[in-house]
Amino acid sequence: MEDNLKQKATRYEAMFSRLSERGEGAFIPFVMLGDPSLDTSMEIMDTLIESGADALELGIPFSDAVADGPVIQKASFRALEAGVTPAHCFGLLRRIREKHPKLPLGLLIYANLILAKGIKAFYAEAAEAGADSILVADIPVGAAGPFIEAAKAAGVAPVFVVPPNADEATVREIARHGRGYSYFLGRSGVTGADREMQTPLPARFKALQEAGAAPAVVGFGISTPKHIRTALEAGAAGAIAGSATVAIIEKHIGNKAAMHEALAAFVKEMKAATR
Amino acid sequence: MSTVFFTPEPLNIEEGAFGPFGGMFVPEILVPTLKELARAFEEAQKDAAFQQELKALLKEYAGRETPLYCCRNLAAGTRATIYLKREDLLHGGAHKTNQVLAQALLAKRMGKRRLIAETGAGQHGVATALAGALFKMETRIYMGEKDMKRQALNVFRMRLMGAEVVPVQTGSGTLKDAVNEALRDWSASYESTHYLLGTAAGPHPFPTIIREFQRVIGREAKAQILEREGRLPDAAIACVGGGSNAIGLFADFIDNPEVRLIGVEAAGHGLHTGKHGATLQKGRPGILHGSYSYVLQDAHGQIAESHSISAGLDYPGVGAQHAHLYTTGRAEYVGVSDEEALEAFQHLAREEGIIPALESAHAIAHALKLAKASTQPQVLLVCLSGRGDKDVEHITQHIRF
Repeated sequence: MEDNLKQKATRYEAMFSRLSERGEGAFIPFVMLGDPSLDTSMEIMDTLIESGADALELGIPFSDAVADGPVIQKASFRALEAGVTPAHCFGLLRRIREKHPKLPLGLLIYANLILAKGIKAFYAEAAEAGADSILVADIPVGAAGPFIEAAKAAGVAPVFVVPPNADEATVREIARHGRGYSYFLGRSGVTGADREMQTPLPARFKALQEAGAAPAVVGFGISTPKHIRTALEAGAAGAIAGSATVAIIEKHIGNKAAMHEALAAFVKEMKAATR
Repeated sequence: MSTVFFTPEPLNIEEGAFGPFGGMFVPEILVPTLKELARAFEEAQKDAAFQQELKALLKEYAGRETPLYCCRNLAAGTRATIYLKREDLLHGGAHKTNQVLAQALLAKRMGKRRLIAETGAGQHGVATALAGALFKMETRIYMGEKDMKRQALNVFRMRLMGAEVVPVQTGSGTLKDAVNEALRDWSASYESTHYLLGTAAGPHPFPTIIREFQRVIGREAKAQILEREGRLPDAAIACVGGGSNAIGLFADFIDNPEVRLIGVEAAGHGLHTGKHGATLQKGRPGILHGSYSYVLQDAHGQIAESHSISAGLDYPGVGAQHAHLYTTGRAEYVGVSDEEALEAFQHLAREEGIIPALESAHAIAHALKLAKASTQPQVLLVCLSGRGDKDVEHITQHIRF
């Protein structure tokens, strides 16, 4: 079981080791699968990758996203209104995996979508579709037992969130069970670019590293190249920009050419800040 | 009964388990706060000074104990006797005040300066607003936009007592979306803020806290009915949205198997129409608002929009202990439609001069059904969880004289 996971986790490992050889951090944009429609979503992912994204973090739309601010909630509703189901999302994942066999692809999801399919079956399908990791936004590490087991059996890396108020015991648990990367919160609250990240203490990255956790990637409140530099200087291995990326899609929803142009420019600018 | 129960996922719930249900399924950032709350609650339950302060408040400020009233006319012509536990007479106008005063004391004890809450019918919002005024705490209430319209009187009452009422526009614009928004607020504000959740749902420790602070309903009613009847009731009946007044009524009767426990869910337009709030009867197990319980949802796991004429029962989730009482068969859950509730609302007003909340009217409607079907003398205990003033304005579109 453990072997399965090691094999799959190698896409993240390969990425981090390649980047660290070059002295770079990872830039990982987040988008909602199926936002605003299945085909446009596919094109968006292509643009993100062509413009230099090191990996993708992909949401599956959910009706009650308690960890998300208004921008990502709206992305969920756009996709749901377009009739997007988890099965469609797996379809998109397969297509993007086929085109980009080496790129790490992570899923960000809410627990009820997993339960609706059955935990084991969900992880198995995610693995088959090409996901490298799954972060379940409303499953804290202390309640994650059956999810971790299913992830290991399927060969998908379970990813956990490291919030600013995590105590030592929680950090140890996350280090013990998390694989692929650790999702380090840039600040408290929910996703959104309206409140920017706080400068993280280098000691917190050191503590994670010493506990043996997977490389820390900062998310929440990341929307400018400066945020990326701040995160990397403090010791992060990369940064995720979700709401900032999704806001570009929302802004240019009626004009695809402008959307792709703006997304490409954003990714290039953010990626440049990792160097 | 031919109910087929779903096989729950084995989720290995360590804390706050009700059989296979319950737990603390929240973003990691909320875990330390919920654990802090669980500790504070346990300590407060053992602290005589806390209990004394709460007891005094419930008596002098809120007006406990509430009467148990034996209906003079409601069950006329049937073989049943109907007792109403008059939580509608509690300060604030509903049972919500019981646990709100207790949680607000708990919040003060934890050093919190700000209260946030969700509300559906506005009764929990009103109770939180009065506690905020009483304890001088900044108070913000999240309320679905649709609910703000149909419960406008309560919005005004909350504002009058100094609370900020924030409309929630996302999703269905009802109670579930208000809970989402309160959880989002809390994940940024936990250091200064207590989330005063209003129902027996949500993550651990809320279902336990709310049951214990609402237990007073059943405890008093049990003593009162023993005094009046010299025996326990045949059935204890309460409406169930999230399930706080029901669990408060049931808690002291759970170990008396001779007492039927009956939860009345909102059947809305009808249980087969898809427009209802009958989570236990029509939902299946899932995770919503931090708890593994029954949830109204589609085949993919998207949470469904519930429907009820009463905002307080318009919720696609239900407290985890109710899921356990349901699947173990200890309690029964039935549905009462919008129309039947409206009828009971008017019937109680005419027969007894008591205007019930539309939520409580669901319980009254079912008690009347049981009374009419009684072939031998029966004692029915109904929780009249709130008063109906808040519903009058909205209801004028359904009732013409």
